[in-house]
Amino acid sequence: MSTWDFLLQPAGFDIGETGLFAFEATQPVWRALLVGLGNTLRVSLPALVLATVLGLLLALARGSASRSWRLLSTSVVDAVRLVPLLLQLLIWYLLLVEWLPDANEAMQVLPGVWLSKGGLAFPWPARGDAGWAWSWPVQETFNVQGGGAVTPEFLSVMLALSVYTGAFLAEVFRSGIEAVSASLLEAAETLGATRWQVIRRVLLPQALRTIVPATTNQYLNLVKNSSLAVAVGYPDLVSVGNTTLNQTGRAVECVAVMMALYLAMSLLTSAAMNAFNARRALQGGEA
Amino acid sequence: MPTLPLLPRLFRPMRSWAAIVPIWTFAALALLSSDQAHAGKTLDGVRQRGQVTCGVSTGVAGFSAPDAKGRWAGLDVDICRAVAAAVLGDGEKVHFVPLNAQQRFAALQSGQIDVLSRNTSWTLTRDASLGFHFTAITYIDGQGFLVPTKLKVPRATQLKGAQVCVQSGTTTEKNLADFSRANKLGIKPIVFDSYEAGFKALFAGRCQAYSADASALASVRSKESPNPADYAVLPDLISKEPLGPVVRRGDDEWFAIVKWTVFALQEAEELGITQAQAAAMKPSDDPAVQRLLGTGEDMGKLLGLDKAWSQRALKAVGHYGEVFERNVGAQSLLKLPRGANRPWNQGGLMYAPPLR
Repeated sequence: MSTWDFLLQPAGFDIGETGLFAFEATQPVWRALLVGLGNTLRVSLPALVLATVLGLLLALARGSASRSWRLLSTSVVDAVRLVPLLLQLLIWYLLLVEWLPDANEAMQVLPGVWLSKGGLAFPWPARGDAGWAWSWPVQETFNVQGGGAVTPEFLSVMLALSVYTGAFLAEVFRSGIEAVSASLLEAAETLGATRWQVIRRVLLPQALRTIVPATTNQYLNLVKNSSLAVAVGYPDLVSVGNTTLNQTGRAVECVAVMMALYLAMSLLTSAAMNAFNARRALQGGEA
Repeated sequence: MPTLPLLPRLFRPMRSWAAIVPIWTFAALALLSSDQAHAGKTLDGVRQRGQVTCGVSTGVAGFSAPDAKGRWAGLDVDICRAVAAAVLGDGEKVHFVPLNAQQRFAALQSGQIDVLSRNTSWTLTRDASLGFHFTAITYIDGQGFLVPTKLKVPRATQLKGAQVCVQSGTTTEKNLADFSRANKLGIKPIVFDSYEAGFKALFAGRCQAYSADASALASVRSKESPNPADYAVLPDLISKEPLGPVVRRGDDEWFAIVKWTVFALQEAEELGITQAQAAAMKPSDDPAVQRLLGTGEDMGKLLGLDKAWSQRALKAVGHYGEVFERNVGAQSLLKLPRGANRPWNQGGLMYAPPLR
């Protein structure tokens, strides 16, 4: 299987941000790909949470009694859904990179929290000689060093994915709730159920049946869409995979590895959501 | 309606199988594709089509970029025109295919292009493992840094902890990692997949330096930067980057044609045969000049071409010195010094084996 030997060769290139892993150019290629995978997950998971929260807020605003809230939510959802994600990603990146101060003159937004074109730096526990301690970021000649840091690339990818998927989720949530027959809710009310009981026992079990599978799709899309990160220089799986591909010339192998990893991520997401759905379906199914 | 909640459960076992099949299909494909053999009849294909298909960059001023009228121009472009003139008799019979750094090798491997003339560095890995032959060196380059002058960084070794923007799919990333390690600089690369995104991030202030081949840096500084005076190319070069045209393995005739076309342009500079002289066919008593102008011994038939192949190449683009000055040297916007790209007998490194 000499074709796959390149995975064991030293990578030879550095990766700008490595997240929880440490990485050096002397480490093997598979390790670089692992760092890329880690970066993909590091940006996708917070984006999943943020997108869900955002989707809920937008859906609530859309169902609100206030006309202005409804209008606001509708316009945000439509504007975001109708513009390609790549453009949104570039806009977020350009806004961050144009507006923030240079890395050699970062602004301190909170004590120990620095914001600049170099990214967002914050205190973070680090293992030193005397065990675990808080590491505080400090301004150096070119940029802020020490502490934990996320780059503008990370921020723009996370924001773009959250907002884009959030808008779609808002529609999923809204349609799921609207799909529940009004007569069922009225029947529950007639039987003397409180408002909370109606929501908890009648509305949600019915609505989640339609919401969960559609949400799974959106979550899958989010993880896959994170591959656009390469456009703004975030070292995700595709970015590292591309670099590997170019250093080794193993085009088919590298693409196959990337595909297999995305497939694995998607299957895991899908399995988790299906497990959740199965529990939900049983609960609601007996009613 | 009652069957609806059951659907996801029905699909689950199927889905995992459906997933495993493509994985193994791809693994099998990967194994099969590792041994690429190509039947070498590039010259026949070129003659049949009536044009040379030439892979170039998506726009590096001076090397390969469309000019104001949309005509491809540059040093790498002229090499393709010279080959087309030698083979087909007309330097215009070239089909240019713009390729980014990542597409270029696949395009050559797959046979989409006949020759890749796209500021590509000759390295052992590329020469020995990708199924290519590097033909000759058309530009001797080195990797450097472009920095904003306001940072007041005089030398590359002072880029400690700096964030450096680079383009993916180049030798740049590896050189940068080597340089950073050797000098304990802890440079953080920010890798963009397009040539444009890399330097735009520098201009936006996202990185403290942009690293690429020094020739590309000169092109970026003069043509792309908001104000060239705000940016400086550092004097340090951290690598050797010999650039030149690349062909597929397995077609020795085509390999020889591209290689010797480049050598003909370089030899013509040594002998002082300009484009105008080649066009006018000025008679000469020097056998070396006669060979190049196709009036002496027939060197063309050894390459599967006719006698006047090198004369046509020269008539199309001029000798190597003219190609250099017109595209990247004194007569161009880039104003790059000849440096190592002078002929060997003028203190440079350009040395063509004898055309005899």
